[in-house]
Formats: sequence, C-alpha cells, structure tokens
Amino acid sequence: MPVGRTQAIALLGLQGAVVEIEADYSSQLPKFILIGLPDAALGEARDRVLAAAANSGCDLPSRRLTVNLSPAALPKQGSGFDLGIALATLAAAGIVQAESIARVVHLGELGLDGRLRPITGTLPAVSAAAAAGFDTVMVPTGNAAEAELVPDIRVVAVPSLRDAAIWHGAEFEPLEVEPIQSAHPEDPANDDLDLADVIGNGDAVEAMVVAAAGGHHAFLLGPPGSGKTMLAARLPGILPDLDPAAALEVSSIRSLSGLPVGHALITRPPFESPHHTATAAALIGGGSKQIRPGAAARASGGVLFLDEAPEFNSSVLDALRQPLESGVISIHRANAVAHFPGRFQLILAANPCPCGQYGARDSECTCTPSARRRYLGRLSGPLLDRIDIQFRVQRVTSAQLKLANDGGQLTTTLARERVASARACARERLAATPWSVNSQVPGFWLRGPQARLSSVVTSTIDRALERGGITMRGYDRVLRVGWTLADLDGAPTPSADHIGRALYLRKALSS
Amino acid sequence: MAAKDDLGRRGEDLAAQFLADAGYTVIDRNWRCARGEIDLVARDGNDTVFVEVKTRSSTAFGHPFEAITPQKLARLRRLANAWCDAHPYRRGVIRIDAISVIAAAGAAPLIEHLRRVF
Repeated sequence: MPVGRTQAIALLGLQGAVVEIEADYSSQLPKFILIGLPDAALGEARDRVLAAAANSGCDLPSRRLTVNLSPAALPKQGSGFDLGIALATLAAAGIVQAESIARVVHLGELGLDGRLRPITGTLPAVSAAAAAGFDTVMVPTGNAAEAELVPDIRVVAVPSLRDAAIWHGAEFEPLEVEPIQSAHPEDPANDDLDLADVIGNGDAVEAMVVAAAGGHHAFLLGPPGSGKTMLAARLPGILPDLDPAAALEVSSIRSLSGLPVGHALITRPPFESPHHTATAAALIGGGSKQIRPGAAARASGGVLFLDEAPEFNSSVLDALRQPLESGVISIHRANAVAHFPGRFQLILAANPCPCGQYGARDSECTCTPSARRRYLGRLSGPLLDRIDIQFRVQRVTSAQLKLANDGGQLTTTLARERVASARACARERLAATPWSVNSQVPGFWLRGPQARLSSVVTSTIDRALERGGITMRGYDRVLRVGWTLADLDGAPTPSADHIGRALYLRKALSS
Repeated sequence: MAAKDDLGRRGEDLAAQFLADAGYTVIDRNWRCARGEIDLVARDGNDTVFVEVKTRSSTAFGHPFEAITPQKLARLRRLANAWCDAHPYRRGVIRIDAISVIAAAGAAPLIEHLRRVF
C-alpha cells in the first residue's frame, strides 16, 4: 500500500511552520500509532479520525496504521491536524488520490460524525501556507470567510470529511450535511463612542488628540469620576485606519485568540482594557505548551488601556517594558520562543491617591502623604519613563456642564481628520528616517542637526532642565510632543508656544 | 458443542488447509498445556510458526484481528516457550503469526494471514 502524504500548519505565535503528515499501513495487528510530539488534544485525533472515517463511509483496513508528523522534534498542538491525518490515512488505504492530497494544505478538526469543525488561528495558518508556496488550502466551511482573506491562495471549504475525500477523487456519493459554523457571534461595534460625549475637560480631549497624532503613550491622573476611562475608550476612534500589514496582523491575533474575524480584515485599531487583577501571562501572553497571545498582543496596532494602573501587580506592569521598547512580545518557554506583535499605544489611568480625592477641587483627601507617595510609587520609574504624555484630568464642574450644553465639543470624525493630517505631516518630515510617528523618534535625533530648535524656542524647557524641573529624558519627551503639536497645527517646526504646551502635558507628576 | 465452538473448529481447519497450501507443514494442532492452548504449530522452512487463529462469521463486532489483544499475544509467547520445552528437538527460529477467518454463512471464507505479529 502507498504512503499517504499531506501537509498541515503548526503555529507558534503568529509564525506557522509546515508540518508533513505521513500515514502508512503495515501488515500487523490493528493499531493506530501517532508519532511526532503530539500534545493531548492532538493525540486524541486517533479516535476522532477513526470514528469520522467510519461514519463517512470509508472502510479502513484492519492493519497497523502509523501516522508521523514531521519535523518530529517540533511540538504540535491542537486539533487542527485532524483533517490532514484523516486524508493521509485515506490515501494510504487507497481511497483518495495520494497525488491530490500531497499538493494541498489541510486544516480542520473532525467531529465523530465526520463533519469538520472550525479551528482557531485559521488566518495565520493560511498565511503561512501561502508564504510556504502552496497554492491550495482546504479548510472547514466555518473558517472559509477567514481563510479567503489571505490573497494568492485558493481556498477549498468543505463541510465534512466525506466531501473532502470526494474532492480528492474518492468514489462516494455526496451527502448533504449541515456545516458547523463558528460559535462566536459578531461582536457589537464599539464605534458609537464619540469624543463629543466628553464634556468639559477640553484640555484632556486635546491631550488625547495629541496622543493619537504622535502615537504617544499617555498617563491620565485624576480623581474618580473625572472621565479617564471615557477618554481612553474614545482614543481608538480617533486613530487612523490600520494599514494592510497591520490589519492582517490584528486579524491574525484575533483569529489566534479564537475571536471572530468576520468577512473582511479588521481595519479599526483594537482596544483592550484588562482588569487590574490580570497576571503577566494574561497581559503579555503565555502558556506552557500552546503559547497564547495576551491582552498586549491583542492591542497591537491599537490601544492598551490599564485602568487603575497602580493596582496592577508591579511585575505585571514591568513585563510591558520589553514590548514598549522593541514593539515585539517574545515569550520564552523551555521548548520554544513565540513572538507576537507588541506595537500598542499604552494608556495608563490612575487615581492620585488611595482615596482618590487628592488634588480634587471639591473634596478633601484623607490619605497620609506617605500613603499617597507609596500609591503612585507602584508605577516603576522605567515604565513611566516611556510615557510621553502625563496629564491631570479634573472633575467637570457645573459651570463646564452648562457651557457644554451649547455644543462645540470636538467630534470623533473631526478629531480623526486632524490626527490623520498631523500623521501625514510627520510621515513626510520623517520620510528619510526609519520612523513614521513622532513617538518613535529618539531624543538624540531631535536634538541633532536635522531637527535642532533655536534656543529661543526651547528656553522654557532649557530653564526647567537647569532648575531640575525635568530630566534629560523628560526634555526629549517634551520635544517629541512639541513636534506633534506643531504637526497638528500644520507648523513646519515647533514654536515656543508648542514647547510650552508640551511641557504642560507632562506636568501631572512632578518629574 | 456450541455453535461458536463449531465455527472456531471450522476456522482452524480452514487455516490449517491455508497454511498447507502455502507450503507450510502443520506439525501440531490444539496443543494444550496447563497454561492454555496453541491453535496451530507449523514448520515454514527453518521457522517454527505458532499461529493464533481467530474466526468470526461477520465483521459486525469488529475484524477478527482486533480481538487479538496484547495480553493474548503475551500468553501465546509463553505457550510457545512451553511448546519448545516439550519438543526440545524442534529448535530453530520461532515466529508468531495470526490468521483471521471470516466465514459468513453461504459465502466463501475470507482468510488473512499476518506474519511476525509479536
């Protein structure tokens, strides 16, 4: 009997590796041997494949079946190999054409009745198959829309093993079955959050626009009820649409997390707001066998919002330092290293003290000075160092509320236009550099001959630096935000006013 | 005798005939000792072959080979040793084979032979 041979994809992070599946019958007592480092779920493929084949009308020989997944040393997880194993087995038994299955990459989990169940991570897996040079991929009907998002590869969607076998030349009568669809409903759109809902707090809205325009990380400090969460939730709305590469990345991460992807690539930036009890594994990703993306990877290309930041475990927060620095989340385990994208915009929000009232105009703080210091001290210096905008948000007063009823607030549509034009300015200015938004530009470049500002313009921060009001790092950050402010105003270089406003956007904490 | 014993008996006859046709010499049948029974012992050239015969009238409850469990094979191995002790002059390479007979009523029996199953 021939050896059946086909391919599937093993995912590690967002990278997929082609796994060859070989099946061979030998003249021995009946047994099903699955080798090549399968995990528990994949080991159970044995029973799923045999039951599915029997219920699809395939008469398999009563002999010893050996299925090998190679490269043998690569750990493989999950149930996505079922379809490939089943078809390699059918080819070994001479039921389907061996040449036909050898050209196709197969993905899908089998039910005992022979129907195919959707799997997670279809999008990155199909992308990997296309990148490896395959021109056809077979997926469960429930994953068809997602798989078709990948260009340059033919997608064959089948509802059952029987239909898959018929496609590969088995002589069966087609049998109508109800395809299994993804269980996830489309999630509700978040687009109804408008910046105009924020009343009063014009400064804070402006700070959000600056953060969006320059891609700056931001820290919002303010008493409870001052609208920090509201502001942060409206930040993704004013960010520009994702470029095609980022859209594929965001959609792939969603697919890998088992979230619905829909019928088109996701073009709006994601928003993730993990609870403050989140562990490091929940935030950046983890897992011992299958390494899963965390909230930070899901927020890549969009906004990661950490409400009540001082309440987070400090080791959890410091785990964000590596992705903030490199834009990549690397998760190291004994058997593998997984990489996820980590280019999120970090928004931290915090109360100024444990009781929350410190600095509020309308109520008294009951915390001792040392409790106050300890509270914000939980945010480590190296983390805050990477945050360009540090801003104090105040509660809205009744006077502001009355004024706000007259309208005139900045709407999301308008803000997004301003952000887009500011980003275009920055891109044009930075065209000859490896950076595209102001937040990526290092300090030495801003102080270098390409972008040096006159001492008249920088006199405010020069003085602040002399007095020890800001550090050298803080100086660079003010410059960076100053350039974003200039971009927003359409000015070629920042003026003294822009630098002054940039300094104001750093004054939440005394640093 | 129960019908299943009849079927088993008939299967062993068919298997013995099958081996004889294949050029084997059947030297012992239903050899018993305290530990159990060997269905067939045959010579194939220099090999002494111990054969487990499994007969069924249909595959409705699974293929006959599926009923040959690792425990049954282990017992057969122990029996093979016992047989060799009892027949010290029959040295040579020993081998354990399995033969399945599917003997549906009114149809020609289907015989399959697996060599070196243990």
